[in-house]
Amino acid sequence: MSKLELSSLYQLTMVRFRLVLREPEAIFWIFIFPILLAVGLGIAFRNRPADVLPVGATTTQLTQALAADAGLKATEMDEAAGTHALATGNILLLVVQAPNGVTYRYDDTNPDARNARLLADRAIQAAAGRHDPVTAQNQLVHETGSRYIDFVVPGLLGMNLMGSAMWGLGFSIVEGRQKKLLKRMVASPMPKWQYLTAFLLSRLAMLVIEVVVFLGFSRLVFGVPFRGPLWQLALICILTSLVFSAIGLLVASRAKTMEAVSGLMNLVMLPMWILSGVFFSASRFPNVVQPIVRALPLTAAIDAMRGNMLQGIELPQLAAQLAILLAWFCVPFVVALKIFRWR
Amino acid sequence: MAETVSSTQVTSRVTARSGPSLLIHGLKKAFADVQAVNGLDLEVQPGECFGLLGPNGAGKTTTIEICEGLTMPDQGTVELLGLNWQRDAKELRQRIGIQLQETQFPDKLTVEEALRLFRSFYRQGLSVEESIRTAQLEEKRHARIGGLSGGQKQRLAMATALVGDPELLFLDEPTTGLDPQARRHLWDLVDGLKRAGRTIILTTHYMDEAERLCDRVAIMDHGKVIALGTPQELIASVGGEEIVEFAVCAIPAVREKTNAGASARVTHATLAQDDSEDCLPTAVNVGQLTAIPGVQSHRVDAGVHQLSVSELHMAVPRIFAELEAQGLHLSEFRTHSATLEDVFVRLTGRNLRDE
Repeated sequence: MSKLELSSLYQLTMVRFRLVLREPEAIFWIFIFPILLAVGLGIAFRNRPADVLPVGATTTQLTQALAADAGLKATEMDEAAGTHALATGNILLLVVQAPNGVTYRYDDTNPDARNARLLADRAIQAAAGRHDPVTAQNQLVHETGSRYIDFVVPGLLGMNLMGSAMWGLGFSIVEGRQKKLLKRMVASPMPKWQYLTAFLLSRLAMLVIEVVVFLGFSRLVFGVPFRGPLWQLALICILTSLVFSAIGLLVASRAKTMEAVSGLMNLVMLPMWILSGVFFSASRFPNVVQPIVRALPLTAAIDAMRGNMLQGIELPQLAAQLAILLAWFCVPFVVALKIFRWR
Repeated sequence: MAETVSSTQVTSRVTARSGPSLLIHGLKKAFADVQAVNGLDLEVQPGECFGLLGPNGAGKTTTIEICEGLTMPDQGTVELLGLNWQRDAKELRQRIGIQLQETQFPDKLTVEEALRLFRSFYRQGLSVEESIRTAQLEEKRHARIGGLSGGQKQRLAMATALVGDPELLFLDEPTTGLDPQARRHLWDLVDGLKRAGRTIILTTHYMDEAERLCDRVAIMDHGKVIALGTPQELIASVGGEEIVEFAVCAIPAVREKTNAGASARVTHATLAQDDSEDCLPTAVNVGQLTAIPGVQSHRVDAGVHQLSVSELHMAVPRIFAELEAQGLHLSEFRTHSATLEDVFVRLTGRNLRDE
């Protein structure tokens, strides 16, 4: 036997690694699922040519005036049919001929309808002979990095790192406790810290595969940008994975059944799925809750990843996020070691 | 690492130390409202195979887990190999081997991988090959643990206990839940370990297992040792080597002679009563029976009378004669050599497996 094979830390880590790789479901959730999600979102939010907004008008003259704008698709309809079309969402705006001008009917809380109102008014005013005092020209720029897919890839990466670290640790530990394997391990001369460290190490090995596969796919298929240094992104990913491993360890440190640990996991992860800006910006939440949202580990992780990938921000400017992550690693890990139940 | 040819020839590390391998004094442990261990003293010598025998709930597992350093006692001292758990836990972990009840190793790991893992925890020990051979798992070496039979899993558990070449081996109910063939297989393994001079402490609730494997046995009940000695000594302490069991009823007047004559020559047989309506349970004059030379004691359990008898060939004809004289008719009659079960029954008035 070689020296490496006699090292218990190496053996423990290899056992962890093998057990994950021999679990087909785990492979699906860790590697395949995030890619499927990215593909789905990429298709749903792909960049289309600027939307053509459907509108209606009550007279032929108005309809023609509206049709002159490339951004509008105008249909002539009487007022009753128009009201119905408006209510069912078939058109965004109905232009009604009034005795002394026109009336726009639309929902002002719908951004598309407000756009339609601006475009329709401009077309009708122009058709009536209005001239713009300032001549303006458009120069169109389609920048990668500002698309939804660019926004959502770092979010998915963070979410995936959270899920795989927490499920991976939580379930294996509780299973080991249930099957009395943990008890058998502490009955041997195995150093306890090595058992827990092996989880972190095998997690890091998985992480390399997980992150490279997912980001490589996003790069090749969607052309998602990497503006910051890659080694810094790698560092953020490692730290993120360690944070959620530590939290997973804490969640699993006393639970005796799979049901108990699943419940706790969901309790911990669900708020972050919603609040941490995976699918939409976390800044949409009211100011009152912002301090809480910002203090969540997943928010910090995703912010740091977006900063690195989309804006090319270097680590020193991400100090706040990194500090939050570091705290979320140290505190749960220390507490977990203290309260961990081996039997 | 030692290179040896045959598993059974693997000898354990030589201990220069003299004195007992295990020394327990005044041990007590309570869980909530149950006094699991209630004042226990034991001493196990090097090279001995020592058995803790008792019904479920007697405190065997608690005792062995305190010895293994997995449970803290409320009171009392435990000394293993001259060391104790407070001071020398690390050293002790290296020098003892443990098989727990119902450990489930990961299904997706192979036998070899599991043993390689456990071997890596010890400074010195058997090679993985050796431990596989000792547990006779050569054919299953590359098989996943999930596909092993109950007996094979138990042998793997034993291999993980042996891989560190322990000076003291703890086996907690090693054959519980196994089929008879797998049990005998495991007994053969333990025999091999005994021949190799290992000190073994095992718990069991099978008296035949304790009789077969153990040099000395402590019978436990309600957290206390109620009898201690070699299986032979304990059996002799019952008072006689043979047990006579019979059931009787009042005889119908006519047929008595023929029936009694027939039963006198049959010992290991149950005499079925052809006309059970005639046979009514009835009282036996016990004093007359125990007065027969060779009959040591009498007890009744569920209508069956038990006599412990020292000289069977002399006593049995007299028992028949006495029962006939009392006007009683045998509906069952059998004898067997006394076992540890009889010792337990004698000491507690209960059967070992009732629990």
